[in-house]
Amino acid sequence: MTIISTAGLARTFRTRRGEVEAVRGIDLTVREGEILGFLGPNGAGKTTTLRMLTTLLKPTGGAATVAGRDLVTDAEGVRRVCGYVAQSGGVDPHVTVREELVTQGRLYRLTKAQAAERAEELAHELDLGGLLDRKTAALSGGQRRRLDIAMGLTHRPRVLFLDEPTTGLDPGSRAGLWDLVRRLRDEHGTTVFLTTHYLDEADALSDRLVIVDEGVVVADGTPGALKLRYGGSIDATLQDAFLAITGRGPAPADSTPVAV
Amino acid sequence: MLLNDTALIFGRYARQTLRSRLAMLFGVLMPLLYLVFFGPLLTGLPLASRGSSWQVLVPGLLLQLGLFGAAFAGFTIIIEKNLGIVERMRVTPVSRLALLLGRVLRDTAVFVFQSVLLVLAALVMGLRAPLAGILIGFVFVALLTLSLASLSYALAMKVHTPQEFGPAINTMTMPSMLLSGLMLPMSLAPGWLDVLSHFMPLRYLVDAVRDAYVGSYATAHMLYGVLVAVAVAALAVTVGTRVFRTAGA
Repeated sequence: MTIISTAGLARTFRTRRGEVEAVRGIDLTVREGEILGFLGPNGAGKTTTLRMLTTLLKPTGGAATVAGRDLVTDAEGVRRVCGYVAQSGGVDPHVTVREELVTQGRLYRLTKAQAAERAEELAHELDLGGLLDRKTAALSGGQRRRLDIAMGLTHRPRVLFLDEPTTGLDPGSRAGLWDLVRRLRDEHGTTVFLTTHYLDEADALSDRLVIVDEGVVVADGTPGALKLRYGGSIDATLQDAFLAITGRGPAPADSTPVAV
Repeated sequence: MLLNDTALIFGRYARQTLRSRLAMLFGVLMPLLYLVFFGPLLTGLPLASRGSSWQVLVPGLLLQLGLFGAAFAGFTIIIEKNLGIVERMRVTPVSRLALLLGRVLRDTAVFVFQSVLLVLAALVMGLRAPLAGILIGFVFVALLTLSLASLSYALAMKVHTPQEFGPAINTMTMPSMLLSGLMLPMSLAPGWLDVLSHFMPLRYLVDAVRDAYVGSYATAHMLYGVLVAVAVAALAVTVGTRVFRTAGA
């Protein structure tokens, strides 16, 4: 079943130097319960797309639905069913973990008692149990990231958007986060839409990859299929496939144009 | 919904203020210095047609407190924006109006509290004014801070660094202070300056509070003061909410 579908989703920014087409037209579908890796070079339009799908930014063109709710006409409906964890996270360093989790629950319209209970539950699930009364500034990088994700999971969203969730984490925390993402999908059926610059991460975690470049989708398929098609072999690295698709970095030898 | 959401946001920022009680007192320091070191210079001057010069000075200081305090309210949201807190709240179904109102009502509470401190100090210095007039003064401080804090948040959401924000606010607050007759009444001004000052909305609030402090409540000044204060507040809240709805462009 399709949970996200977009058609020609576009965003143009007006700046002093004229119009900038950050996203030219994204067509994609995501199936329920899928872990989708959304890849692309810097400036390809990944974060802008994510911010449109989470209602932070109004599209200037095209249409999209998330869990059957229209992005433009039912923004509030979309907000109820999706969670978003931005690169910067978004917790106040001077506030305790418990206060942030409870406030977040209340922002999702839980009662005080429900929000307090949900905070305990999330802390238990994300291994933050002993840290509830600590200020968020006192958390390690990995703990902070788990808190950010706990905040995004407060309302048990059907779709979770993660923007570069493992940037800056040590290898142990990264592995822990991968397990967490898999567990979310396996145990709760949550659809996960994530961006990353780590191709090993995309390879290990994603059921399917969508690669964007210059604001449009340029490739779409399972990691294996993309390697075979663009890297030349199933044993190629995702890096080879990625570079071949986006045309950045050294091009594969066989695609070098013959001099005329 | 709106009420619950607003109370929730207000509570979050009220706790933030209570964590830094000292900062709350600093705000009242500047008008207090004016009161102690500038007020005595005016006591012998015939500034007011009725009442003492304190009844002219204190209303000005109250609105000055509101002006300089609330105009800088946006500073905190620049930091929050950079930490991702604003977007994190905006992806939840919380009311956009509540995101603004919860914050500005916190600011309003802080500045009305500071105003009470200032008036208490003024009473010690020699101010005598009717209680109703003093209470009306607080209402105007509340309306002014509501408006300015809303506009300040709106501007702060549009800039990227505190370095851009500070000078922009200073550019607006200084002329507002001078052209509204905050320090000395515009009745002392030459004709051209008096005319110019009528283009400064704050002037109408200052005139209204000065009337209230001498017990004249049914005056043209009061009517214009109320109309301007309410109209500006409505406009400012509309602009501020709009920014929370569409921010991030």
